[in-house]
Amino acid sequence: MPPESWNRPSPRLRQVRHIEAIAATAAGVVAIAVVLALTVDTIAAIGGSLAVLAAGVVLDILLQRRVGAWGYLEREDDLLVRRGLMIRRLSVVPYGRMQFVDVTAGPIERSFGLATVRLHTAAAATDARIPGLEAAEAARLRDQLAALGEANAAGL
Amino acid sequence: MNGWNRLHPLSPAVRAGRALIAIAFIFLPSLVSGGNNQWDAAWHGVALVALIALGFISWLVTRWRIDGNDLRIETGLLRRSSMRYPLSQVQAIDTVRPGIARMLGLSELRLRMGGTGGAARLAYLPALQADELRARLLALSQGAHEHTPEAPDRELVRVPPGRVAAALVLSGPTVVLLGYVIVFAVWSSADQHAARTVAAAMFPILLGNAVALWRRFNRSYNATVAEAPEGLRVRSGLVETTAETIPRGRVQAVQMVEPLLWRPFGWCRLEVDVAGRVRDRNDAGRGKRRLRTLLPVGTRSEAAELLALLVPDAPAAERKPPARARWKSPLRFHHLSFGFDERYAIATGGRLARIASWVPLTKVQSLRRIEGPVQRRLGLATVYIDTAGRSFGAAFRDLDGGDSSVALERLTGFARAARRR
Repeated sequence: MPPESWNRPSPRLRQVRHIEAIAATAAGVVAIAVVLALTVDTIAAIGGSLAVLAAGVVLDILLQRRVGAWGYLEREDDLLVRRGLMIRRLSVVPYGRMQFVDVTAGPIERSFGLATVRLHTAAAATDARIPGLEAAEAARLRDQLAALGEANAAGL
Repeated sequence: MNGWNRLHPLSPAVRAGRALIAIAFIFLPSLVSGGNNQWDAAWHGVALVALIALGFISWLVTRWRIDGNDLRIETGLLRRSSMRYPLSQVQAIDTVRPGIARMLGLSELRLRMGGTGGAARLAYLPALQADELRARLLALSQGAHEHTPEAPDRELVRVPPGRVAAALVLSGPTVVLLGYVIVFAVWSSADQHAARTVAAAMFPILLGNAVALWRRFNRSYNATVAEAPEGLRVRSGLVETTAETIPRGRVQAVQMVEPLLWRPFGWCRLEVDVAGRVRDRNDAGRGKRRLRTLLPVGTRSEAAELLALLVPDAPAAERKPPARARWKSPLRFHHLSFGFDERYAIATGGRLARIASWVPLTKVQSLRRIEGPVQRRLGLATVYIDTAGRSFGAAFRDLDGGDSSVALERLTGFARAARRR
């Protein structure tokens, strides 16, 4: 299938991921600084903070790259979801096997008007999650998947 | 027999089982000796009476009935719960008889429901009534008249106890036990005191091992597989006996395990993955991978006979991953192979033990292709075939990258066709 036909999460997911990376880094910096300042000394605290900061920058870069790797494609009988750069995963979930679809949005995602759609089948291993969809697109996808799931439903 | 029924009055005693025996051991001395600590004796007596009363109340408030096409169970004194199990969704009915229940002539019926519905338990019923009820529930679940007698079954395989014992000697826990004994013998000849300390520390692990061995022996003892109209019937047990049915067409995946130490004898274990989980106290901790052992230890020809019934006309796993996959899976490589046709997918793998898995494509829930960093450098990818439950059905490991995409596409198509059939 040509690469351009894949649907992608909203570009605003990048900002969400930035904020998440910043929040995680800030929490890490504060924690390590306090612990090291109390147990060792100020220099160790500054050194530790810088190390966490560097780790945070790496995390941010990885998260940004991963945003670019997400993609989903609604085909006639199944949904394809691909993700990951280091470990590339491609899932094929037939509509007939869907048990339910849920739409969730964390506080940061919600403030950007985004949501995560997740498909569940009877198999726990099924791994079909699409983050960072525009709220309207998430709702459309949910309804579409639910309708297709009902039309194609197959027993266990 | 259409009104409400109760379980057998001795059920709480069986259910308390081992706990009750332990309690008796603690209480008996003080009850018998009496003497100067009469208060203690009285107190223990009260506790015992309270326990018995609680058991009695739990029996009193539990009742069941067959209501049209449902089995209804009501239980609970303060929090009353009423459960309704539609018989049309029954996957299988198992009979379980722990040692104490057998002494009292009781058995437990377990109705396994489809999906994640769990299991309905009727514990305990008099053995005769349980057999009668089982036949009746089975007839109802298949939409037959409720007094249809249960069809006789044809025995296919009986595992001789000698083979079970031999196979157990050549299994993981025994090897651990043996290794411990050797280490201990060498050590104690050098330094007795230290060895004694270590022995004390290791004792719980050994005990756990011994219990695991015993459980396995008990489960495998006198195992028979018989063919019945509704599926395969599996019976086994020395002290606690179980009779399970693996319904035809409900098998999600079949797995054949050949442990390293068994290979010289050509023995293998057959396990099946059946939809629906058994959810009860004993399984709470290890409900992760609920596979049913069909054949605890069988010869290749016995396994082949059962496989012919479970996955008839399945193709052989003839295709091998490319030689460069050896770099990624050095231990697994010589076990890796795969194959599929319009109806089944077969994959073999395993590091020490050889594990072969069969998945009927009608049972496929989703498919995944995963390419890790090492795999990408070697141009390899793995295709996973997911089936219902927590365990995945089969994995085609370390295929050539292009082959894996083709396999994924073709499997998707075959699974779609199989679903529609």
